[in-house]
This record gives sequence, structure tokens and C-alpha cells, in this order.
Amino acid sequence: MATVTYRQALRDTLRAEMLRDEDVFLMGEEIGVFEGSYKITEGLLKEFGPRRVRDTPIAEEGFVGAAIGAAMLGLRPVVEIMTINFSLLALDQIVNHAAKIYGMFGGQCSVPMVIRTPGGGGQQLGATHSQNVELFYSFIPGLKVLAPSTPAEASAMLKAAIRDDDPVLFLENLSLYNTRGEVPDEVVPAEIGRAAVIRAGTDITIIAYSRMAHVAAEVAERLAGEGVSAEVVDLRSLRPLDRETVVESVRRTGCAVVAEDDWLTYGIGAEIAATIQEGAFDWLDAPVRRVAMAEVPLPYSKPLELAALPSADSLVTAVRDTLRATGRR
Amino acid sequence: MGDTDTRSPARPRRPRKSRPQPETLVAYYRQMLLIRRFEERAARAYTEAKIGGYCHLNLGEEATVTGLMAALESRDYLFTNYREHGYALARGIESRRVMAELYGRSTGVSKGWGGSMHLFDTESRLLGGYGIVGGQLPLATGAALAISYRGGDEVVMCQMGDGTTNIGAFHESLNMAALWELPIVYVVVNNGLGMGTTVAHSSAEPELYRRAAAYRMEGARVDGSDVAAVRDAAHAAIDRARSQSKPFLLETVSPRLKGHSVVDPARYRSAEEKDALKAAEPLARLALELEEAGALSAEDRDKLDAEVKAEVEDAAAFADGSPHPDVSTLFDYTYATPVPGESRRLPADPLF
Repeated sequence: MATVTYRQALRDTLRAEMLRDEDVFLMGEEIGVFEGSYKITEGLLKEFGPRRVRDTPIAEEGFVGAAIGAAMLGLRPVVEIMTINFSLLALDQIVNHAAKIYGMFGGQCSVPMVIRTPGGGGQQLGATHSQNVELFYSFIPGLKVLAPSTPAEASAMLKAAIRDDDPVLFLENLSLYNTRGEVPDEVVPAEIGRAAVIRAGTDITIIAYSRMAHVAAEVAERLAGEGVSAEVVDLRSLRPLDRETVVESVRRTGCAVVAEDDWLTYGIGAEIAATIQEGAFDWLDAPVRRVAMAEVPLPYSKPLELAALPSADSLVTAVRDTLRATGRR
Repeated sequence: MGDTDTRSPARPRRPRKSRPQPETLVAYYRQMLLIRRFEERAARAYTEAKIGGYCHLNLGEEATVTGLMAALESRDYLFTNYREHGYALARGIESRRVMAELYGRSTGVSKGWGGSMHLFDTESRLLGGYGIVGGQLPLATGAALAISYRGGDEVVMCQMGDGTTNIGAFHESLNMAALWELPIVYVVVNNGLGMGTTVAHSSAEPELYRRAAAYRMEGARVDGSDVAAVRDAAHAAIDRARSQSKPFLLETVSPRLKGHSVVDPARYRSAEEKDALKAAEPLARLALELEEAGALSAEDRDKLDAEVKAEVEDAAAFADGSPHPDVSTLFDYTYATPVPGESRRLPADPLF
């Protein structure tokens, strides 16, 4: 067991999978000579050479599509898209091809590939570079969308994603790269499609993923000091969605708040809230609340950016409001 | 080419090789005839509502399709757009299985999941017809990358229409293929029209093969109504891709005899254009050549036609008599690796 950063966990896992399987190779902008915009691929070009660590032109549609084509012939490409914002340029290839090829041709050809990409606001990167558009991909049958929140999970899920025979969108987050955590020496691939209760509690369920899972855990800790026992569910997989774990938790706690880094309307929180009302209606003591980003193009100005992004404080407010609405105290 | 082009096209390249043996040309004629009759039968089935969705035909492109497929070896891979019935037939897939896919039946090449635009067959290495213009280019480029990665000696052929040369994926793909020296031949089937828009009206460089130059890639244009010329040009491009791992852009100039799809009456064409199309008709052209050479008499031709018609009728009967996919298979092909939590709900099913 070693304590490493989320970044290091990703890099170590990529390296281990490349050593294990010759069919695994990396593609993306600036991943080789530059060693990655966020240095996830540091040292890998030196170790594996340009055949397996392929720098691409700035052509997201082209190189994501090329990775799909390579996967159709049985290779296991791991594509890095510099940020999820740029994945919009590859939307046709991801949605119309990666997600469709297995079904559209009657199961004759699978697409075993991974698209790694970080999202996240809060870095003063402005409107076009601060989005979390994982919702677009979570909407699409045929794709799998993972959002690990810790180094250990990043490692276990990346391993599972690379070995999986379907296209997996692997969502990272800029604010998580430097977070640290223990990673086992022998990482067991995660089971794709399972949420986790990362903190047990009895009064309220907070559902979150990626960066917001950390915020939720911090809030639960803070509220424990006030005598509130909050349970935290980390979704980990946005598609498939583990509805059972969410509903099972809410049936025990009787109320819930969903925290997401994305815009509220039509968001992942909306899907979770709909799931809860259908699966735990009779157990609910208060309406399900959602904490999400203000619905504006994210501004550059620091105070405006901070006001727009969901935070621990905003989550605490929503949790307190919800508990009050239950009439239990 | 549509006569409305404001610039006249470059003279198509003459075939470098001598004419093929008469028996080879007769075999090509039969292949072309099969495509012609198959497409005519498909059009009829479409008007009878046996075929749904969109239905794009290779009518007029028979020489192009046959010539290209004659040059492509069985070990090679093929990616096409949505106008691909003829390619599937010429790749050797049974006409029954192709027609059954058009009818949406479980005996179709894609088990009824793809339809006219999405024919796929692992065995013959037809890796898909694709419905999004340009969508197949990055995929085909990636398949060539996989071949190069493994040091294989296969080649990828990627077919597209003239309108595709204006989409970003075309340029991104050609750039990568040239940059990485991939064994791929891109083929632009220039029928002069993207739906109803002429090449001259949509492309600043209407001599489409010249676009290869932007990527220091070789390119050539060939008369798409001359089956032997197409075959030879494709052969040269494929050989080069195989032996030198260099991409190539081949443009075939072929007429599209009918509208964009079965439901398009092509009213945007003038009477002169329609006459010109008849003159460029590839089957009549080859029939005349074979008759003059004494290789195929009018009588032989009628015999072939009867044979081919019988095959196509048999394909339609097979398709019509085949079962639709069972509704219980609806969730079989969402994921190759099953996962917990995967939705298998029909519209009114509750979540819990």
C-alpha cells in the first residue's frame, strides 16, 4: 500500500496495463513529447516509444474516431482528450460511432476503448474551459461513464475500463489530480456500474460524484459535529447508474440532497431525484434537493466564479433546509 | 458529373494496363448487372413498404463498385458510406442476406439492426456502411493505424461521396493518414451531386482528387463508368498502400442515375442532364463493348439477365419469408461486456 496522488495513480495504472497487454496504447494531444497537459503520461513516451504513445494533431474528431477504428480491429486504445470541453469536437464520433457500432451491426464488432478526460471549474479558465458535460455522454446507451473520486478508485476503475470491451468515458477532474490517497500494491479492477456508500449515516443521504464526493464527505464530517449523521453515496459510475444503492440508502434515511458540479436543469441530479421519487416515495420525509452550478456560462472573475460553483457551504445549507423540512427536529 | 458544373472536369486518366480478358469483363458485367437488378428490386420493395427508413441506391455506379471491389483483396478491409448495397454484393456477401437486412430481418447481415445504411460483415471484412457523412473516415483511418501498429500487410479502402470532401473529418483523416503513413486508399465516388447540390456549388476545388496535395498525398481521377479503368486505378493505389504503406486519394467520376434516395425524383436535373446520364450509363457501355468484341451476344446477355433476375427475386422472397428479430433480443447489443444496473426497461416499465 502506497500513498500517491490521483495523477500518479492514473500514470501507474496506464503503465501497468501497457506492460501487461501489447494491444493497449495511448493517443492524444501533447501526451508524448510534452508528457501530457496535466502530466498524466509523464515518462511513458520514453519508456514505450512513439508507437504506443502517439502524439496526435489537434483533431479531436479525427483521432477519437481513429481510436474507435483501431478498437474495431481489436486494439485497446486509451485516448486522452485534453479537457472534456474539447470532447465536444468529437461528439459525433463518440455518440454516433463508439456508442453505436456494437448495436447497429447486431453485435458483430465491439469497441474496447477508453477516453480519459478531465472536467471541472474553479481554475479561472472561463466559460469554454470549465464545463462538466459528462451529462451528454451519460445520456447515451452504449457508452459507460465512470467518475472516480480517489486515487485507489481511479486506478481500479481505469484498469476495469481498459479491460472492458465497450467504450468507456473516464471522467477525471482538474481539482483531484493533486489529491492523495492509498492505493494497494495489487490493484483489483473495479466492477463497473456500482456506487459506494463512502460514509454511513442515518439522518440524510448526500449523493455526489467526482470532486463533489469529496465536498460531500467534508460536509458530512462538519455536520457530525452538530449531531447530524449524514450518509454519503459516491455514484462512481454515471452510466450504468446504480439506482439500487441510492434508493436503498434513502429508504433508510428518509431524505436526500444531490450534489453535482454541473448545471441543474436536466442534470444528473434531476435523474437521481426522479429515481428517488420512484424508488423511495413512501420513505421520503422531505422533497429531494439538488445543489448544482449556477446556470450561467462560468465567468472568469474569481468572485463570480466562486459564487456560481457549488461549495461545502452551499451543500450544508441545502442539507440543513432538507432536515428542517422533514420536521424531525 | 452534373452538367451544371461551371468548370469542366479534368480528363479522366486512361487505364494504364491493357484491357482485361473478355471472360473477366463478362464476369464484371454480370456483377454490375446483379447490382443493377438488386437495386431496382430494392426500389420496388421500398415503394411496397417492405423496406423502411432511407434507401440509397448504387444505380449508375455499378462499374465503380465492381472495379473497386475487383481490386480489393479478401484480406483487406472496407468502410463505406450509406450507399453500399452494391459493395456488399461485390464483396461476396449473399444477396439474400443483403436483401434481408434491407427488410430488417434477423437473417440480414446486421441481424436487422442496421438496415440499408448499416451493412456489416466480419467475414468479408466489410466493416460497415455508415449513415453520417464523413463518419467512416476517422474509423477507417484508425483501422489502418491498427494494421500499421501490428505490422500487417492488409489495406483499408474507405469509400465516400463527393459531398464528404468538405467535412472536417475528411481533412483530419487525410492529414493523419499521410502523417503516420497508413495503408489506406480513400475513394471519392463523385456522382456530381451531394443530394441536390452540385460539386461546383459546394467545393472550391471541384477536382476533388487534387485535395490530396494538401497532405502531400498522391491522388488520381478515373472514369467511374469504365470498370477496367477503375479496377486498374484502384489496384495501383492498393499496391502502393500495401508495399509502401502510403495513403492514396482516388476519385471516380460516376453518374448517379436516379435521385439521392428512392424517394427523391431528382427534379433539379435538366432534360439535357438526364440525356447525358443515359449516354454515360455504364452497363450499356460495357454491353456494347462486349458485343463488339464478340464476347457477349445479345442472347447471352438476356440469359445472364434472366439468371440475375432470378437471384434477386429469390433474395426478395428469402427476405420476405425471414423472421423479424424477436422483441426479446432488444437488449442484447447495448454492451459487449455486461454490467450491473444496465437498463432493460420497456417504455412503461417502472424503475422499481
